[in-house]
Amino acid sequence: MPAAISFQSVSKTYRSADRELRALDQVSFDIQPGEFFGLLGPNGAGKTTLISILAGLVRPTSGQVTVHGHDVQADYAQARRQLGIVPQELVFDPFFNVREALRFQSGYFGVKHNEAWIDELLESLGLADKAGSNMRQLSGGMKRRVLVAQALVHKPPVIVLDEPTAGVDVELRQTLWQFIAKLNREGHTVLLTTHYLEEAEALCSRLAMLKSGQVVALERTSELLRAASSNVLRFKTNGHALPPALAAKARITGRIVQLPAHDAREIEAYLAAVREAGLVAEDVEIRKADLEDVFLDVMADRQKAGAAPAASSPASLEAAP
Amino acid sequence: MTGWQTLFYKEVLRFWKVGFQTVAAPVITALLYLMIFGHVLEGHVKVYDRIEYTAFLVPGLVMMSVLQNAFANSSSSLIQSKIMGNLVFVLLTPLSHWAWFLAYVGSSVARGLAVGTGVLVVTSFFVRPEFTYPLWILLFALLGAGMLGALGLIAGLWAEKFDQMAAFQNFIIMPMTFLSGVFYSIHSLPGFWQQVSHLNPFFYMIDGFRYGFFGQSDVSPWISLTIVGSAFLVVSAVAVRLLRIGYKIRS
Repeated sequence: MPAAISFQSVSKTYRSADRELRALDQVSFDIQPGEFFGLLGPNGAGKTTLISILAGLVRPTSGQVTVHGHDVQADYAQARRQLGIVPQELVFDPFFNVREALRFQSGYFGVKHNEAWIDELLESLGLADKAGSNMRQLSGGMKRRVLVAQALVHKPPVIVLDEPTAGVDVELRQTLWQFIAKLNREGHTVLLTTHYLEEAEALCSRLAMLKSGQVVALERTSELLRAASSNVLRFKTNGHALPPALAAKARITGRIVQLPAHDAREIEAYLAAVREAGLVAEDVEIRKADLEDVFLDVMADRQKAGAAPAASSPASLEAAP
Repeated sequence: MTGWQTLFYKEVLRFWKVGFQTVAAPVITALLYLMIFGHVLEGHVKVYDRIEYTAFLVPGLVMMSVLQNAFANSSSSLIQSKIMGNLVFVLLTPLSHWAWFLAYVGSSVARGLAVGTGVLVVTSFFVRPEFTYPLWILLFALLGAGMLGALGLIAGLWAEKFDQMAAFQNFIIMPMTFLSGVFYSIHSLPGFWQQVSHLNPFFYMIDGFRYGFFGQSDVSPWISLTIVGSAFLVVSAVAVRLLRIGYKIRS
């Protein structure tokens, strides 16, 4: 059985008169049917370019992408029938209402007599009472739901969500994830890009991390979490600078300092170093490492997966989401 | 409905929902032209020695409305969808470049014919139209609208801003339609300008279309048909090619 999605040595270079930007560099990985797969990376890592190549909106400079064995370039019609893509931008057609938008999308894929499924989608996404509303009258969250419905209207086996919860309220996030998780349980493959790492941790069974157009980690979520430091020491300082040896390892957000720690001895050593530097550590706590810690580790190249020289400090990556 | 039919239907519905702007307004504009030019020139000018000026003017106004509105339909739909970002809904579908072409050009023909029919109906209250060869009328209307719909498709793909689209419309489409013999027979022009008019494909659309009404024209309708038909094929070939390579819509 072919992979649900297969990226093989995909590269994309954008050329303009004065410069050349390598957005993707030899990206290769497969997503198996039925997987809930997460694609993570800071802004500009190449996530959206990769999704756009999958969708046929952008052509790769080299490499091949297939969906259930269908090449997205040579056999685009079959490949696109397999795909339901929720775009990142909140776009809509102001001429039509919600039901019309869904009927048209259905028709473009040649799906006939689709009213029952359209009704089910409207119901599941809490849009039933908005079916007759013009797209312009909907709130941002409602427009986002319509985008999801439009992507699913032809019942694609592979669902791609490009940062679907950016700027979306908590209630919708919950509704959306319950619905997508249900579709995944029913056998749909899901590819998700997100900035919300807790979402990826909760939902995705496997993850790829992109950095500067390259895959720097590709593992099961559980493996990635296990590979990371098991604990994190978190405390507040009284505002003075940390000793350089600690600062290099720490994730610093204002006064909050977080340090990866494997055992009690390491924690003691950290606190001693803080004391010796004449600093006061307040609100000290130890917590389990989460995906955000792994993410920052990988992006800072402290993880074994990516061996390229570090370009950004962990603290600056904090701002990325 | 199949894929292209859905896109065609969506495009027709798009202009029909704003029919006051897309159909009624150009009909009123054409009527104003008829009233003003008819008032000024009626009784002073006879064309082909027998036709009153107002009667001569009507087919020209009808065809000019057909052409301008066919162009406006595909071009404005595409540029709006590109700028709003909602073209992505069509880009994500399995629709082929032929499906895009049929839908966008077909809906432009529909709007062109809707406006043209409107102009014909409204002006018939002032001038009783002759329909000497109805098939010629229909053939030139279809080919003219089709060519302008395809030209609008090209302009819609090419333009990145409303400003560029306005330039295309005002500096190319408007002069070519106005200077194509809508308001006069080119036989009334000095020799040099007659020659120039013969280089304008829009002239043959209007002249051939008018032949269908009066059975008289500046050049043979067969010559007009050959030129208009060839122009339609060339413009369509360019439009299909641009769609196939995803010109400015797939990077």
